[in-house]
Amino acid sequence: MPEDWEDGDDDAPVTRAFWNGTITFGLVSIPVALYAAHRPQRVSLRMVSPRGTPLQRRYFASNDDRELDSGDIVRGYEVEKGKFVVVDDDELERLAPERTRDIDVRQFVKVDEIDPMYFARAYYLTPSGSSNKAYRLLARVMEESGRAGIATFVLRAKEYLVAIVAENGILRAETLRFADELRSPEDVGLPAPASPSAAEVKKVEREIGKRMENEIGKGELADRARERLLKLARAKLAAGDDVVRADTGDEDDDEGRPSAGRPVIDLMEVLKQRMAGVQEDGTTTSADEDGGDDGGEDDRPDDDAPVSARSSAARSSAAKSSAKPKSRARPKPKSKAKPAPRGKAAKEDVDGKTRAELYERATELGIPGRSKMTRDELAGAIRRSA
Amino acid sequence: MGARAIWKARLTFGGVGVPVKMYSAVQDRAVHFRMLDARRREPVKQHMIDPDTGKVMEAEKVRKAFEGDEGQRVILGDEEMEKVLPKPSRDIEITHFVPPGTITHPWYDRPYYLGPDEEDEAYFAVGQALRRRTVEGVARWSMRNKEYVGALRAEGDYLMLITLRHAGEVVPASALPAPAGRELDAREMAMARQLVESMEDRFDIAAWHDQYRERVLELVQAKAAGKVLKFPRAPKRAPEMSLADVLERSVAAVSRERKRA
Repeated sequence: MPEDWEDGDDDAPVTRAFWNGTITFGLVSIPVALYAAHRPQRVSLRMVSPRGTPLQRRYFASNDDRELDSGDIVRGYEVEKGKFVVVDDDELERLAPERTRDIDVRQFVKVDEIDPMYFARAYYLTPSGSSNKAYRLLARVMEESGRAGIATFVLRAKEYLVAIVAENGILRAETLRFADELRSPEDVGLPAPASPSAAEVKKVEREIGKRMENEIGKGELADRARERLLKLARAKLAAGDDVVRADTGDEDDDEGRPSAGRPVIDLMEVLKQRMAGVQEDGTTTSADEDGGDDGGEDDRPDDDAPVSARSSAARSSAAKSSAKPKSRARPKPKSKAKPAPRGKAAKEDVDGKTRAELYERATELGIPGRSKMTRDELAGAIRRSA
Repeated sequence: MGARAIWKARLTFGGVGVPVKMYSAVQDRAVHFRMLDARRREPVKQHMIDPDTGKVMEAEKVRKAFEGDEGQRVILGDEEMEKVLPKPSRDIEITHFVPPGTITHPWYDRPYYLGPDEEDEAYFAVGQALRRRTVEGVARWSMRNKEYVGALRAEGDYLMLITLRHAGEVVPASALPAPAGRELDAREMAMARQLVESMEDRFDIAAWHDQYRERVLELVQAKAAGKVLKFPRAPKRAPEMSLADVLERSVAAVSRERKRA
């Protein structure tokens, strides 16, 4: 099973900005944040011991003698069987020229020219910066003309091809698969088309005609498996069957899922606040507080990373989905329920905290270069600045 | 060489029943890195540790738990989990058909080809009928213990099934407030329109390449050969101007470029 360092998982419940930056077309630049348009509804199950204690994922040297900390883990590419080339974050960053950090719209195309097979994920663009005028202008003109803007940009060691689409005055970036990521019917080896009889085609058409609707019914897309699982879990909870109390002060698991009892931030609320956030006069609402965005000014990719809450315990693919070492663990959203201790006297308690926790604190403190720091470096920097 | 079918099924609606084979339309091109032990330069091992004992928890003892809203956790046994799995079936049932545009992009998830399985004519008849009526079908099926909804579409002469996200998984634009502000300036609107038009082109997916991926591969190959690669940094953007000025200059710049090309 490949241990994959990438953010390939589709299931992160993202209430933080996926990206902060500038979208440009011509010489016009529009500062925006990207927020997921998707919120996975899959029931998130946690891996626990028979006693119900959440398990922790840890990393060990291949001969199993040493536990590894984030600083002991590097990223390697297998150039031939068993032979690895080590690549670090700096090198990967240098591969992306400065301008590729912007979403630079290079052409406009008709929206309906984009086949849905290319479509991968959607993100809403929310205006940031001092004015939303250019945002509204672009959204209006694109929506009126039925055009989408095509652009590429690089984020976290990955290049994205996006179509910017306007709907209801709102801009959305749809990531597209590159042409070589899709097979053609020839690649698949589908046979040459046969010619069905006209009568056969007519028969199918009649059956289609009987089943035409103008919309998809509400229940049509229901996730029935999820409903059944929820029903089972709730019934057991109500009956007190196999129920353990989750300890308070329980850590988030290392897949980034918040521990039980932690308030869940709703993506819809974050988006609503963000959309309404920037007025023309440049005032903003306090979306940052609730949105868990890490400040807005810092647009370095590592720092505006989504919470990588991989809800994939259900798939129990221990290796693949979270093969990210702790050094890449995403900070979790700030929550009102757990205010960070601020102020002078408090001697910063850094002992026994994970790197992810320290990273979160470093983000609050605005410590520069934090995304590159090891656990111990973070602890030192926090002690110095707090 | 063709791809291997991942599933065999029967496409059904009303009196229509067509045997099909399913193929993934997506092929993985990502550059995969592995986590290495820095000292030994060998892939790391991962274990799930039980914090109560500090010991590795063997895979067969791992349980799954659902977390309630009030800080309780309920353990779900394997047998219980099995009971909520979908019943095995080979049917891809098309429940109804909708006009194009009914399903908006954010609902689409992952594309698969359906190919004929012996009965070629029946298969191609479905494709032709979908094309002639310009519709797509809404499908439901369960495959390997998972339930799916999907859109059945004609892709040229062939059939494509794109999985859809489940209800509630997409935040629709209609549920969000559009950014608001003063009425837009007519002159700026006109210039923005002109700019969009001047950058208009036909969409050709093949014209776009994942250049970053190519660079990463170049880098690792160079490093493997003991070479050092240098990539130039591009200059930063020009400072800010008023929106109207910027629009005007952009239109001029784009039309200059187009003339040269």
